[in-house]
Amino acid sequence: MSLESLPALLVTAESYDPAPVPQRPLIDSRQFGMLLFIVTEVMFFASLVSAYLIIRSGLEEWPPWGQPRLPVWSTALNTAVLLSSGVAAYLSGRQFRGGSGTAQRTLGISVALGTFFLVFQGYEWVQMLGFGLTVTSSTYGGLFYLIIGAHGVHVLGALIALAYTWMRMTPGQEQPLTQGGASAVRMLWYFVVGVWPILYVLVYLA
Amino acid sequence: MSETTAATATVQEHAHEEHHEMSFWEKYIFPTDHKMIGLQYMFTGMFMAAVGGYFAYAFRMQLAFPGMDVPLFGQVTPQIYNMLITNHGTIMIFWVAMPVLIAGFGNFLIPLMIGCDDMVFPRINRLSYQIFFVSTVVLLLSFFVKGGGFGGAWTAYPPLSSVPEYNLTNWGSSLWIVAVALEIIAFLLGGINFVTTTMNSRAPGMKMMDIPIVIWMINIAVIMFMASVGPLIAGAVMLFMDQRIGTTFFLPAGGGDPVLWQHLFWFFGHPEVYVVLFPTLGLVADVITTFSRKKLWGYRTILYTTIATGGLAFVVWAHHQFIAGIDPRMANVFVVTTLLISIPIAEVMFCYIATLYGGSIRFTVPMLWALGFLMTFLLGGVTGIYLGASGLNIYFHDSYFVVAHFHYTFFPITIIGMFGALYYWFPKMFGRHLNEFWGKVHFWGTLIPFNGIFLPLFLLGMAGQHRRIYNYEHFPDLASPDLQGLRVFATASLVIMLLFQIPFLINFFGSMFRGRKAEPNPWKANTLEWIVPSPPPHGNFKELPSVYRGPYEYSVPGNREDYWPQNMPDRN
Repeated sequence: MSLESLPALLVTAESYDPAPVPQRPLIDSRQFGMLLFIVTEVMFFASLVSAYLIIRSGLEEWPPWGQPRLPVWSTALNTAVLLSSGVAAYLSGRQFRGGSGTAQRTLGISVALGTFFLVFQGYEWVQMLGFGLTVTSSTYGGLFYLIIGAHGVHVLGALIALAYTWMRMTPGQEQPLTQGGASAVRMLWYFVVGVWPILYVLVYLA
Repeated sequence: MSETTAATATVQEHAHEEHHEMSFWEKYIFPTDHKMIGLQYMFTGMFMAAVGGYFAYAFRMQLAFPGMDVPLFGQVTPQIYNMLITNHGTIMIFWVAMPVLIAGFGNFLIPLMIGCDDMVFPRINRLSYQIFFVSTVVLLLSFFVKGGGFGGAWTAYPPLSSVPEYNLTNWGSSLWIVAVALEIIAFLLGGINFVTTTMNSRAPGMKMMDIPIVIWMINIAVIMFMASVGPLIAGAVMLFMDQRIGTTFFLPAGGGDPVLWQHLFWFFGHPEVYVVLFPTLGLVADVITTFSRKKLWGYRTILYTTIATGGLAFVVWAHHQFIAGIDPRMANVFVVTTLLISIPIAEVMFCYIATLYGGSIRFTVPMLWALGFLMTFLLGGVTGIYLGASGLNIYFHDSYFVVAHFHYTFFPITIIGMFGALYYWFPKMFGRHLNEFWGKVHFWGTLIPFNGIFLPLFLLGMAGQHRRIYNYEHFPDLASPDLQGLRVFATASLVIMLLFQIPFLINFFGSMFRGRKAEPNPWKANTLEWIVPSPPPHGNFKELPSVYRGPYEYSVPGNREDYWPQNMPDRN
């Protein structure tokens, strides 16, 4: 190698790529925004879980004396309902991407199952309150209503978004539903469905 | 994808329709334009800074001259004193540092610097400010409810914060939580916008390593905020339930755990320090590079060490709790991580100093502020090392040494660095220059009294002065004339510093309308916001720019000019 060719090997300002290429988004903006939101949500539920574990580890008897036991079996059934709602939402997404007309019906099933979960949870809450488990009866009751309630609020919010998506899937919309928007809403639903088994095992079983 | 392109298309149409006039409401009150939203955040932050400064003035006067009828305020009773220090801290962090540094500059700069017309979700952006505005109103209202504003310190440790019989502010403490929660939601919405926009809307050719460092820093800060705020939300919900419903999550008597709140709070609270630090580090990097006329030294080093700092910042939180009864073995781990975090931050500082080295430095007003930031923040960082050692911390905890330490970090971040950025981007924001002379007066009149306030506080802290006492006459050990003299000195410095903000305000509002007209690129800088007119029109760019190189190509050999704009295909 001659000495003259050496400067060409050094990195100079001129060695930048001269031809700019238009940006191609790596991921749809709505999906990315939802992903960031879910990061916060994960940390939120992680905090509730750690609060639960810390308070629980500070007490000798759990559940505290005189507090009712939680309905493990009926809630297991309800868990299955919620998980199948998540599966239905997934199938609906596949059908929507494939341009199939059944996407709206499948999403409707998903919304219906999710609503059933929420109503059944509410029914169980009424029963638990009747048995004397209230939000102030003990930290046990407080944590139960805090964690399951926080999840319930998320189910409600995500269901509203999902129902809106379902509505927008009706043919003949002025602004048809986009893949990105529909997919962002489904991501929220997957999160809400996915976090439930963890909470169920933690609060009901462990 | 569709959202980005759709937004681009509509705004380009707007740019071509020269006659599309927006109504006053559309333009100034309910805008979707990122620049106007940024300015809304900034003005709200400035107003709240005045409130926070006023509070500081009132309680500093009480400390220097106990029992005095404070001019323009009145008697500072113990209850009012607690309310003042609590809300001074809350306001300065949540209603000044975050809205001005992240939301204000973030909104204004991100689309301009990455070369797009607006945020990806403009209406979510507008919603973000509206929620923030409501949170501001709620906080201000909380000062006037029965019992007054919350007085349990900005850290809100239970049981003091959770039992009305203890804090005596039944409604003030709950409104405080509501205000903070709303403020967090606002920044969550804004933050999602920032990161998504930076990810998806960059100008053609702008690779990851061509993004100006300030945009990187704001994005890292926002991601840290989003990853750390969950625990605070969870804790706030639990605290609110303790206050209003009567649960006992944080009450030992009812089976709860007060230290749990401290963990939840500081898991957010410590990363929060870096959440406000990083934007300022970025703003200062841009100012320093421009006025050194030299390439930023170690772009990648700065970026990677910042990310490392961001990661480490999540595992240092318990250093706030060394005396809270946590396991000493756990404390050891947190000592190590706390001392470790000083290494990457020191590295960033050295990179900035290396940028200055050999540059042809222009001592403009923004540059003075930036250099002032480096100097004062360094002192804040160094004193943090003493506090991070758990042995020393037992003595220093809750003393004025801590107060002086975090003001030596937060004040340079929120005020000194922010002023540097404000003087630097003011021509872009309003199309006019600030007055140089009064800018320099403002700089020296802020920097010198600032040291006058907080250097004595280090001494007071080392003498054992506890933070949360409203009248030291009641404590014979602390009532000596020597110590009281230092308190008077600090308070006098504060009053002087506040008085020096008056010329700034006159300069700021005067120059906005009467200042020297600014050309598009008054500082001869490289980044994309300087290629558009000052102030930039709605839609920013007439045609969206292409980017050919990194943002810091100053004094490149072979160029006629010493700057080389990012969008210029040929030599300059």
